[in-house]
Amino acid sequence: MKPALRRLIGTIASLALFLAAHSQIHAQFGGAPSPDSAFSIPAAQLLPPEELNRILQAKGASKPLVLQVGSHMLFAQAHIAGSEYAGPGVQPEGLDRLKTRVDALPRKSFIVLYCGCCPWNRCPNIAPAYNLLHDMGFTNVRALYIAKNLGSDWADKGYPVERGQ
Amino acid sequence: MPKTSEAIGPIKDIRLNAANRSLRGLVPVVMLVGICLAANAQFPIHRESPLNKKAPQFTLLDLTGARVDLASLHGKVVLLNFWATWCGPCEAEMPTFAEWQRQYGSRGFRVIGISMDDDRGSALKLSAKLKLNYPSAMGDEKLGELYGGVLGLPLTYLIDRDGIVRAMFLGETDPKIIEAELKTLLTHP
Repeated sequence: MKPALRRLIGTIASLALFLAAHSQIHAQFGGAPSPDSAFSIPAAQLLPPEELNRILQAKGASKPLVLQVGSHMLFAQAHIAGSEYAGPGVQPEGLDRLKTRVDALPRKSFIVLYCGCCPWNRCPNIAPAYNLLHDMGFTNVRALYIAKNLGSDWADKGYPVERGQ
Repeated sequence: MPKTSEAIGPIKDIRLNAANRSLRGLVPVVMLVGICLAANAQFPIHRESPLNKKAPQFTLLDLTGARVDLASLHGKVVLLNFWATWCGPCEAEMPTFAEWQRQYGSRGFRVIGISMDDDRGSALKLSAKLKLNYPSAMGDEKLGELYGGVLGLPLTYLIDRDGIVRAMFLGETDPKIIEAELKTLLTHP
């Protein structure tokens, strides 16, 4: 099989798995997420971890600004390599910090938000952070779809992390 | 030729000695740079699970200022629960742990909570709101790493009477599953 075809099949399979997992969660919670939940983020704006890892590892490609919007304790233990701590989206102070960080950026900037503190359906941080950037007029914001937590869905897959402040 | 060699020999030695001295001087610099690079290195992490190993020991002050020493609970079954105020499933399961503390406490069972919150105030507030009957202490990244990296909550460990970590529950878990394991550990003297 040609490498290009193998890559295409791999990409399609990953996408299918991602969509299946997403629809399963929707089904489990009745498909009617609360406005405050991560489900309020449009599915088209979600980014699977494998896709972000591919983007970050690609040579020469322009990289997104990756912001962690969860607790600092989790960030200090491990965070996606190159990402910045932006403050927990569930707290007003966290949103203020996020706003300050992105305020001067062009509204077309590619920004990826992630938390990974809890299972996706329980994350209190990602939706407020996403909504803030959306309300500020950012048009290229993606939320990293972390189904379980940062450990299981990123670190344990061998994707690069950093420790520290 | 021999003379030339003899003449060149000491010069070489001098040069080599000078090079060695320079290299020796470079070693700490290289080490320092290495340490700095390692500190900020991007790397895949291998998380060391504490399962079936001696539970990493800690002594902390709980939210009320009382001492929590894991080693002092040797001989008891310990439920060690990492939680945070912003973690919905954590808040949901903590009253159940309090109930088990009441129910199984006389059989040598203890619950210890470790808050992974960034601020103590909110942890204290939730602990009071839930009227928890067991101690909770503030955790940090070092304790988290000792327990395999707390990169998602809730995270609960069951430690047997010999101080060995026997079970781990990550994420929202059916309390019946945890309780079944707990009862099994309690049956062992």
